[in-house]
Amino acid sequence: MSSTTNTPTHHTSTIGAIGAPSRRNTELAMLVFAVVIPVFAYANVGLAIDQSVPAGLLSYGLGLGLLAGVAHLVVRKFAPYADPLLLPLATLLNGLGLVAIWRLDQSKLLQSIGVAGGKATNQLIYTALGITLFVVVLIFLKDHRTLQRYTYISMAGALVLLLLPLVPGLGANVYGAKIWIHIGSFTIQPGEFAKIVLAIFFAGYLMVKRDALALASRRFMGLYLPRGRDLGPIIVVWMISILILVFETDLGTSLLFFGMFIIMLYVATERTSWIVFGLLMSAAGAVGVASFEPHIQTRVQAWLDPMREYKLSQAGSHDGILHSEQAMQALWAFGSGGTLGSGWGQGHSDLIRFAANSDFILATFGEELGLAGIMAILLIYGLIVERGVRTALAARDPFGKLLAIGLSGAFALQVFVVAGGVMGLIPLTGMTMPFLAYGGSSVIANWALIGILIKISDTARRPAPTPAINPDAEMTQVVRPS
Amino acid sequence: MSELTLTVMRLGFLAVLWLFVIVAVQVIRSDLFGTRVTQRGSRREANRPQQAARQQQQAAPPPQRQQGGGGRQRRNAPTKLVVSEGTLTGTTVALQGQTITLGRAHDSTIVLDDDYASSRHARIYPDRDGNWIVEDLGSTNGTYLDRSRLTTPTPIPLGAPIRIGKTVIELRK
Repeated sequence: MSSTTNTPTHHTSTIGAIGAPSRRNTELAMLVFAVVIPVFAYANVGLAIDQSVPAGLLSYGLGLGLLAGVAHLVVRKFAPYADPLLLPLATLLNGLGLVAIWRLDQSKLLQSIGVAGGKATNQLIYTALGITLFVVVLIFLKDHRTLQRYTYISMAGALVLLLLPLVPGLGANVYGAKIWIHIGSFTIQPGEFAKIVLAIFFAGYLMVKRDALALASRRFMGLYLPRGRDLGPIIVVWMISILILVFETDLGTSLLFFGMFIIMLYVATERTSWIVFGLLMSAAGAVGVASFEPHIQTRVQAWLDPMREYKLSQAGSHDGILHSEQAMQALWAFGSGGTLGSGWGQGHSDLIRFAANSDFILATFGEELGLAGIMAILLIYGLIVERGVRTALAARDPFGKLLAIGLSGAFALQVFVVAGGVMGLIPLTGMTMPFLAYGGSSVIANWALIGILIKISDTARRPAPTPAINPDAEMTQVVRPS
Repeated sequence: MSELTLTVMRLGFLAVLWLFVIVAVQVIRSDLFGTRVTQRGSRREANRPQQAARQQQQAAPPPQRQQGGGGRQRRNAPTKLVVSEGTLTGTTVALQGQTITLGRAHDSTIVLDDDYASSRHARIYPDRDGNWIVEDLGSTNGTYLDRSRLTTPTPIPLGAPIRIGKTVIELRK
């Protein structure tokens, strides 16, 4: 009966059942809006650069609209009660990313160094692949709880994915970070997929172990200290993230995984002490690694004093370290954008050169849309995370709850790590802005992530089945006419 | 392309982007109403037994499907369901267009602690015109409206006693 799914914690019951209307028409309306905005932006770029509406307007607009339409129809069929906002929000970000990449494609400077040119078409193909994976997830993942069976397989899978870039002959070292693998002519960033697989493992593991982690602890100085044997897994995850940091010099991914684990641990156990531990351990790990890893050291240098790095880079310093001028240039881009921005196609963010359309794409938005535009974009990310957390609140099973919170937490952390890095709040890391940045792995993996969230929200918002009539009627005493 | 056009487009784009965000927030806002926990605020009845308070809370979450078509603002429409006899005497549940289930099953809106009630005994729901209907769900001992045993879903007159086992409930304004 429903008692098996409804019991976990009593505070869920107040949020448990969300309104019955499926809200698919709301989703469709929002989706149309979300396709129209990028088309407007696209026309705007063309008018600003070539004084004419770009020739590809119809094909890009139709392409994005078609993909969104297919996704919507599949949601309508296979997840009729899903959250109405997740799909439109993701579509809008993806569309804006396409426009920004196309805008950077027009830059002569970027074309001359081979960073731009035809990238928008590639990105549209990646988007199509991403939507395909999204559709596959919705069709074949009948119930997200089946993922629970693959808890330990997921762990092994995630480790393999993370270690792949270290395999000789397969991995590739791109600008100091070894997070890529080559397969034929494709480069893949396995870390993006590992994010989702790891969330499945953490959710399955914590669902089983959360009571041991939450209850068996000693109180010490106001903090609950866990037992040594319960500390095991957190130490292991910490070690793995440190190893990633050391061998792949990828600060972002390491931060992402550890942060995701801490968030899920906190949600599973409701113990603040885990957050304190997590922060202390990640700080210790980062400081420890940064003290002997030159690649991380330059990143920290560029964060503390971007101007010095810029000058060193301009002067062509040859001290064996790749100095980066990008951090300073990104800050200039944000600065010259001001409050309202320079307008689509009228900025000079292409001066960032390498990675202008991937890691630093936020600088293009910052310059051409200004503070107002950046705030809107960050809010859209915030809304996606909010819908994810709301899904977690409404989910009726603990596994779905943990998985939804893990995925949205990872999404939020990734946005924070990238945006914070580009804006100079934290050291720069080699991660991509979800949906906006150029890159197949990122787009495809994030569409899969949205697919899983939509599936969980469909289960969570589905009205409870009508109660079966009289399952235990025999226990009822019969009134006997006397 | 003139400077003016580009400026208008630039500001227009930002406006449209923000409009999207605002509309999205409105969608979230409208989404919230399905989850609203209603009638916790009827504090006049705060001294009721705890069990009754819990049931009142349970009354809220079921989806308010009929609300759209229901003309529940009519005069003489009942606004609450009152238990007038039995162990739950004094319990009230606000009628807000939601279906109320009665029975021994712990997920019923009103959980009857009564050996003569079935686990899914009866339900009370508004029809499309906003009239409240009581329906027996195939219970063992039957549901009685006034003195007659129910065989079909029947509209409930205001104040008419509905008897389920040892419990009597009625609708009041």
